[in-house]
Amino acid sequence: MEKIKSHLGIILTGLIVGAVSVVLVAFGNPLNMGFCIACFLRDIAGGVGLHRAAAVQYIRPEIIGLVLGALIMALAGKEFKVRGGSSPMARFVLGFCVMVGALMFLGCPLRMVIRLGGGDGNAILGLIGFILGIFIGTLFLKKGFSLKKSQPQNRVEGTLMPAVAAALLVLVAAAPAFLFFSQEGPGSMRAPLLLALAGGLIVGALAQRTRLCMVGGIRDVMLFRDWHLLMGFLAIFAAVLVGNLIVGAAGARGGFTPGFAGQPVAHTDGLWNLLGMVLVGLASVLLGGCPLRQLILAGSGNSDSAVAVLGMVVGAAFCHNFGLASSAEGPTGAGKIAVLIGLAVAAAIGGLNLNRKK
Amino acid sequence: MNQIDARGYSCPEPVLMTKKALKELGKPLTVLVDSETPLQNITRFARNSGHTVASRSLGDEEYEIVIS
Repeated sequence: MEKIKSHLGIILTGLIVGAVSVVLVAFGNPLNMGFCIACFLRDIAGGVGLHRAAAVQYIRPEIIGLVLGALIMALAGKEFKVRGGSSPMARFVLGFCVMVGALMFLGCPLRMVIRLGGGDGNAILGLIGFILGIFIGTLFLKKGFSLKKSQPQNRVEGTLMPAVAAALLVLVAAAPAFLFFSQEGPGSMRAPLLLALAGGLIVGALAQRTRLCMVGGIRDVMLFRDWHLLMGFLAIFAAVLVGNLIVGAAGARGGFTPGFAGQPVAHTDGLWNLLGMVLVGLASVLLGGCPLRQLILAGSGNSDSAVAVLGMVVGAAFCHNFGLASSAEGPTGAGKIAVLIGLAVAAAIGGLNLNRKK
Repeated sequence: MNQIDARGYSCPEPVLMTKKALKELGKPLTVLVDSETPLQNITRFARNSGHTVASRSLGDEEYEIVIS
């Protein structure tokens, strides 16, 4: 009983994340994309004009909400702690690699779970790759991989990322003409601003409190036989699945549609779905958490994670400026090369940061 | 008493350091951490492995975890 009680918070958080995702889709987000940290950071990169892929440009309020929700909860729980300086450049590059892999697969680990709950069979290949990537990452950890200690920093350092989020909120609300708003494609599909912001705030606050992390769940089972975080992962899947069945029965937007072909914002190239997520899993383990967790930490004063988030944003811009991102038609040749290079770079960062005496 | 200093490291490293120290140095073991996350993770790991865990705050969000 005691055991179940200690997992209650993470399970409830997972259920709420799943439910919020289904609601956001019902109110306009792209299908199977209530949340997707990679896609939404990519949309933000497009919204401020860092790339010109017209279909994926929008300053997503969900991301802003996640950062500010984490900030509020961290402040409330006296856990706002400004730290940084643990290999920022390696974290930037790893964030970049995560994005290259995620845009090959078309989703971050959170969207992978959401896609699974929507019946997208391609995400099964993604999951296999993700597990494989995490396994490789744990081998580096067992060999003593470390990005070294972080140090306490000036409060400004930890406040800048929440400040950027607040500035983005002002921008998207004011919608000045110099911003980019997709007229068609995934970027044009959006839940109302306030609803999306609220969804982000709720999930951000809960994820901060419970340390929800898609990578951490599988990693901790491999390293310590600790199932705690994985329960959050499973709860998200369960809530999305049930939510989709309800929404489908009610005839609202969304629903459970099992299959491989014709899945929303997805492609059917199994090998590259798998390899993309190997890269996401590996690079995320080296970063210490999935893209969602990086955002949450960035909102809690961790400037190292803020740098990883910036790496993801820049990575997204590169992916769309140079045709590396997949589309519903499938992966691109350049994208495949980028994933292979990303795997080599992540493995090199892993191998060159092994610290035998610790 | 054996002691390791995991302050400044981000998870899962403090847990891995604890696991290694328990294996190589044995119990009782004191672990220093400087955030709530490793405190929870190390406590959970040590309990799951059948150890007795006690922790106390040293102020300024630093904690001392004693595993015996």
